Amino acid sequence: MGSKLSTALISIKLLALAALTTAAQAQDKSNDIIARGEYLARAGDCTACHTAPEGRLFAGGRAMPTPFGTLYTSNITPDLDTGIGKWSADDFYKTMHSGRFPDGGLIYPAMPFASYTKVTRADSDAIFAYLRSIAPVSQKNKPHELRFPYDNRQLILGWRTLFFSEGEFKPDPKKSAEWNRGAYLVEGLGHCGMCHSPINALGGTSQSDAFKGGLIPMQNWYAPSLTSNREAGLGDWSIKDITDLLQTGVSMRGVVYGPMAEVVHNSLQYLNDEDTKAMAVYLKGIAEPSPPPPASSTLPTTESSLLISLGKTVYDKHCASCHGTQGEGKPPHWPPLANNQSIEMQSAVNPIRMVLNGGYPPGTKGNPMPYGMPPFAGLLSDNEIAAVVSYIRTAWGNRGTPVSAREANELRSAPLN
Amino acid sequence: MFARAAASVAVTITLATIVLATIVLATITLATIDGAAAQTANQPPDTMAARVEACTPCHGNKGEGTSDVYFPRLAGKPAGYLYNQLLAFRSGRRKYPPMNYLLEFLPDPYLEAMAEYFAGEHPPLPQPAPSEVSKDVLAQGELLATSGDASRNIPACVSCHGPGLAGMQPGIPGLLGLRANYISAQLGAWRYGTRTAKSPDCMQQVAGHLTEADVTAVAAWLATRPAPTNPAPVPKGTYALPFGCGSQPN
Repeated sequence: MGSKLSTALISIKLLALAALTTAAQAQDKSNDIIARGEYLARAGDCTACHTAPEGRLFAGGRAMPTPFGTLYTSNITPDLDTGIGKWSADDFYKTMHSGRFPDGGLIYPAMPFASYTKVTRADSDAIFAYLRSIAPVSQKNKPHELRFPYDNRQLILGWRTLFFSEGEFKPDPKKSAEWNRGAYLVEGLGHCGMCHSPINALGGTSQSDAFKGGLIPMQNWYAPSLTSNREAGLGDWSIKDITDLLQTGVSMRGVVYGPMAEVVHNSLQYLNDEDTKAMAVYLKGIAEPSPPPPASSTLPTTESSLLISLGKTVYDKHCASCHGTQGEGKPPHWPPLANNQSIEMQSAVNPIRMVLNGGYPPGTKGNPMPYGMPPFAGLLSDNEIAAVVSYIRTAWGNRGTPVSAREANELRSAPLN
Repeated sequence: MFARAAASVAVTITLATIVLATIVLATITLATIDGAAAQTANQPPDTMAARVEACTPCHGNKGEGTSDVYFPRLAGKPAGYLYNQLLAFRSGRRKYPPMNYLLEFLPDPYLEAMAEYFAGEHPPLPQPAPSEVSKDVLAQGELLATSGDASRNIPACVSCHGPGLAGMQPGIPGLLGLRANYISAQLGAWRYGTRTAKSPDCMQQVAGHLTEADVTAVAAWLATRPAPTNPAPVPKGTYALPFGCGSQPN
């Protein structure tokens, strides 16, 4: 009897122990999923839009100016009334995948669902588990302020027909696992195409133009093509230079500023070495080797040569001390200007903006105290800005074209943030 | 460098002697040191001065200010005050797009280092510019700055910014070395609520009681003050503030 009792007790203890172990394992597993979800949410840069300046994490309310009016991002904390606390993992996946709210309502394509549709169910579930784990914030979503007729959500149906194809990422069996991982991150969560593809008047991108570059609406920064080596195509970059740029914001070939600084700051610096390398392999792979010839300048030749001669004077006085007399720079911190694609591109928007407003690369784990470029808007006239930009675009074998004082002047009023 | 190393490696394999292996190692080590030295020589100076060059066209090489009257002197202000401003510009609470843009993606410790850098610079204060306002207006400015106006709930500037107007560590800025246009633009911004700070927002409360004429007078008088012998902000707690201030917690 006594022995039976003790056996039973031991069994109970063992059972309890087993239950505890299972619970602990389940807890570990759920922690793993949450950690993975946090990582993936970083890869998707959810915070860039869903957290307002000085606002609570993921409580939304950030204004997103668009050519059609201002959108306000939504609260994606697990608050029951104002966030996504009542959503299921199914709801979340469907929203990411189909661009519709759980009730079927249409989502404005400022939310990059045309990219997120490629995200796998497992990754979507992990992100959802992570979002469920953060502190709920009670903050009502602010109504959008779109102009007529864009305030009619039914118009999104037209946009979707033209520009949205639903479906998870399909690996290319002819490519390596690494290439496919990179493609998944770039085309899916990374939603790089949102800026690096040309946007047409309807606010959409056709599939054939993917990653071909374009002016970012409202921000007036040019997001260079990722497929043309004449722009930001990375065909002749080393993998290390690409991963340095993505992870730290600086590299021996160039430095990120403006909207790309935000992407590195909020998202890319947190990706692990394997994923960063996979993105680099994919990005290097999609660059086209034979670039089209540059467009000729619209400026008369005499005006160009006058500009370039003034440009050299301005350069030697204000720029050469950091960027070197031959545009060699002191990379990675003082970027080279010679053979720097972002200087030579057909669009001169970025170099003009950099001269006008200067800029800091993002502070990252790999480069916590970046060196900054001074703004010259107050020191140089439109003519001098145009001259120095024309000079750096054409000196040292650079194959860009001269720019006019009018172009420089127009960018003085471009929005800065 | 590579040719040297490669040639040495080939020799090592042929003879496989310890002596040569040692030479190879020495060659490689030397080459590495050469490379590191070349890289350092080809890098920007590893200093804060080089890192904050982006600030200098507007604020001067040592934060002394420039000829533009709307760009303030930074040098010698308390580090805590400068850090609060950098945080406010980064978040957009304090609005000036060129500053908001520059700071947007810089981490807290770096902003702190920038604040400390400019707090530690001590270029001489500029000669006060002759004032464009009348003696009466200057007298009104002096009265408000040194005594306030109790009947209108306006404390004296000196009651918080210090008898020498040099500020107090860590969060209260000195008011000397600034031009009248800058001071009046800032007081105007506090009055209209476009410049705000942590609650309780003491400067907004004070500026809310000022009229436009008060602002002109105070700004003009402050800009005429000569440099004191010691322009350094006084240590924390040197005097008690007349009321609570979010930027200077007790």
